[in-house]
Amino acid sequence: MSSVIINEVRPGFYLDSVALMRYSKSIAGLDGVEEAAMMMASPSNRQIMFDAGLLNDVSAGAEGGDLIIGIRACDANTAEAARAEANLILDQPTTSGQGETWRPKSIRAAVKASPDANLALISVAGDFAAAEARKSLRRGLHVMMFSDNVSIADELSLKQEARELGLLVMGPDCGTAIINGTPLAFANVVPKGGIGVIGASGTGTQEITCLIAQGGGGISQALGVGGRDLKDEIGGITTLMALDALDADPDTRHIVLISKPPAKAVADKVVARIGASKKTFTVCFIGATDWDLPANARFASSLKTASEHALGGKALFANFNANAIAKPASAAKVCGLFSGGTLCAEVQTLFINAGLTVMSNAAIPGVDALSENSTAHTIIDLGSDEYTQGRPHPMIDPSVRDQALATAMADPSVGIVLVDVVIGYGAHEDPAGHLVASLGASLSGSTLVIASVTGTDGDPQGRLSQISKLETAGILVAPSNADAAELALACLKLAG
Amino acid sequence: MELIEKANQEALSRMLAADPVLIDVIPASEAIPNLKSHMILHAGPPVAWENMCGPMQGAIAGIAKFEGWADSLEDAFEKAAAGAFDFHPNHHFDAVGPMTGMTTISQPLMVVENRKFGNKAYCALNEGLGKVMRFGGNDDSVLERLAWLRDDFGPAFGKALRSGDGIPLKHLVARGLTMGDEMHQRNVACSGLILRELAPALARTSTDNEELAKILAFIGGNDQFFLNVAMAMGKAIMDPVRGIEGSSVVTAMCRNGTDFGIRVSGTGDQWFTAPVEMPEGLYFPGYTEADANPDMGDSTIVETIGLGGFAMGAAPAVAGFVGAGAASDAGNFTRTMSEITTGENPEWTIPAMDYLGVPTGIDIRMVLDTGLAPTINTGIAHKEPGVGQVGAGVVRAPMKCFEQALIAFAESVGVK
Repeated sequence: MSSVIINEVRPGFYLDSVALMRYSKSIAGLDGVEEAAMMMASPSNRQIMFDAGLLNDVSAGAEGGDLIIGIRACDANTAEAARAEANLILDQPTTSGQGETWRPKSIRAAVKASPDANLALISVAGDFAAAEARKSLRRGLHVMMFSDNVSIADELSLKQEARELGLLVMGPDCGTAIINGTPLAFANVVPKGGIGVIGASGTGTQEITCLIAQGGGGISQALGVGGRDLKDEIGGITTLMALDALDADPDTRHIVLISKPPAKAVADKVVARIGASKKTFTVCFIGATDWDLPANARFASSLKTASEHALGGKALFANFNANAIAKPASAAKVCGLFSGGTLCAEVQTLFINAGLTVMSNAAIPGVDALSENSTAHTIIDLGSDEYTQGRPHPMIDPSVRDQALATAMADPSVGIVLVDVVIGYGAHEDPAGHLVASLGASLSGSTLVIASVTGTDGDPQGRLSQISKLETAGILVAPSNADAAELALACLKLAG
Repeated sequence: MELIEKANQEALSRMLAADPVLIDVIPASEAIPNLKSHMILHAGPPVAWENMCGPMQGAIAGIAKFEGWADSLEDAFEKAAAGAFDFHPNHHFDAVGPMTGMTTISQPLMVVENRKFGNKAYCALNEGLGKVMRFGGNDDSVLERLAWLRDDFGPAFGKALRSGDGIPLKHLVARGLTMGDEMHQRNVACSGLILRELAPALARTSTDNEELAKILAFIGGNDQFFLNVAMAMGKAIMDPVRGIEGSSVVTAMCRNGTDFGIRVSGTGDQWFTAPVEMPEGLYFPGYTEADANPDMGDSTIVETIGLGGFAMGAAPAVAGFVGAGAASDAGNFTRTMSEITTGENPEWTIPAMDYLGVPTGIDIRMVLDTGLAPTINTGIAHKEPGVGQVGAGVVRAPMKCFEQALIAFAESVGVK
């Protein structure tokens, strides 16, 4: 039986890509639908849909401003039903008397409607993000760029212009921020407090802010800078401005800086700026083992250690004893499948520090690139480009992990599957429930599954309820990502 | 950038400073001395006979017969095809006309003077609803009505206007907006208001009570009577905005049933055209989209000054009539249009939107930046000659007009 592809073009119909990704998933989840997507017909999106086997001649003439509905299903009736459902979702007809709320479509109109606004969150396709950011800056707005695929030249010129104007450009590719207690994009509900966070990494910021919350601390501000800010080309413009801002902020007592190891020249500037402050700092360059820092700063090699430093040296989860709950692994290999890039890096750090041989698609220094037939432990970042081309990020759509999970669970050389579960705003509504359902019967096999939940009880999904779902299903749950890595190490040790 | 902002502020200030007054009704030959025999002015940008849509050709046949330049409609078609008539846009002669927009020498034209700038603009009288020339109607009933307008109604209307100082329109429109008109699809309030202004003068200058009653009944029975007044007003407001160096404000939008054309202040009198789009709307019983002619008429001059689709919030009834929108969404049309305009009109306000001023001064840069084309409220003509109106709805100005305009505009300000 061959499958049926249908396309529909909705000319000039625009929806935000995050909304479209969510809708696409619900259509793709209908019975008999093999794959489905609703996307604006930009060249890159078209390529994605083409690659996904979702395009036919109907959409050949669609242009950037048009929306393509592409459905591949087991038969024509199923495909048509899915198309009807897709259109229903897109149109969301209002009932009589229920007027639609007007939403501004341009930065100019948005500023007019909310003259007090001082920050723009930009989540348009990368090709247009720089232009929107520039408009926002010229209207006096700080900018958080969730968008990625922005050129480094645009990033530099935006950040230079912003610096002239005294405005902050967070990003591009900035996934997480908490400004004056408001979580933006992927972020968690944490108490207000005296710890400021500056992060070049979204999930790193999420893990640290959540661990600080669990340790009784609170967050003054969490500022994202974008993954490239500490490269030579950008020179840490936003990081340095964020340091100035938090240094001057009376509500911030201690500052945590999270990043991959920066370029040397940039690191020197940042370290010098830290040294000039009267406040205390924790510096976590994930992947580095140590760093030469001034007296008011301490280095932390893991997110958990960084959180403990920020909490004034308080040990987190002192009651957690990995050895007490560890079970012997049935085979020698660990397969880590992560939705958070920095969580993936943290596990790599802890594994190589423990003397293990590790390979990854997002290898930190000391870790090998992926290769077939290797006996090294495999730690995968499922949020990196090769997995998310044409698909939502695994934090939005955990099904991205399903196939890899099934493969790992069926691999006799894998004794432990190690995963993260990230909750909060922007994340899937029930990632733990999805994980349990996806693992299904494989959970009763001999492979151990170890997880941690990044989030708080204030989050819409609720950390405790997510943990309870995992534990009920027989998954070993550690209180932090670092503890999950320790637990995996303990299980390996028990197996000898 | 600064030059453009300044030029656009100048454009906006000229629009807001306008003082349009309806002062007279006179024969077209008098109003437009360059208008000669066998010349036919039509709506929209320039178009050749062979490219004209059905209703446009039908109206031309009708008006040629009306003027005595053809013995019959068939004769008129043949003569038109043989090049017996000169076709020009109304806009090239200080005039505008709804739908097909026929203007010829013997027709009575309303005169609106912009007293701030001293310019005048002209528009024919509204014929009423049903089978009418503006929708391509051309049978005897249509021509008889035109003759009455020419011989009786027009002269009486002109005489009444000349007996006073004219009817100032700015405040009349402001009141109409508070009464549910948007001045394109809905002119009930303003038609009533102008009748109220006009009635005493008509009574004073009339010598025949029966004829007076007929005139009053004609205005009173035509909910769209004011549309043509609003159009002449729009033209009178926009003409002084033409040719401001560096201004990206639209000075005219119009359609001939084949093409949509716009003019931009900074690029002078150049037309930027693209094929017209199909309105989306409701149809009279017995008609469907299949019968509809694409968008047509100079009436988009009212959107150009911030009324019609831009003032939808003032006329929720219209929003319910067009497309799929709920009446309660009317304000959203207006708010959306404010994303593409330079400013708002502080005197033309919408009470239900907390006295928001109508969005004024369409900026082609913002149209392209937001991807929001102007929303136009319009009537829909049958695509065949001689049938008339079949519905009404909403249509968007084609983006391609604005794309071309922006390229030419960029060149005009030295950006290659």
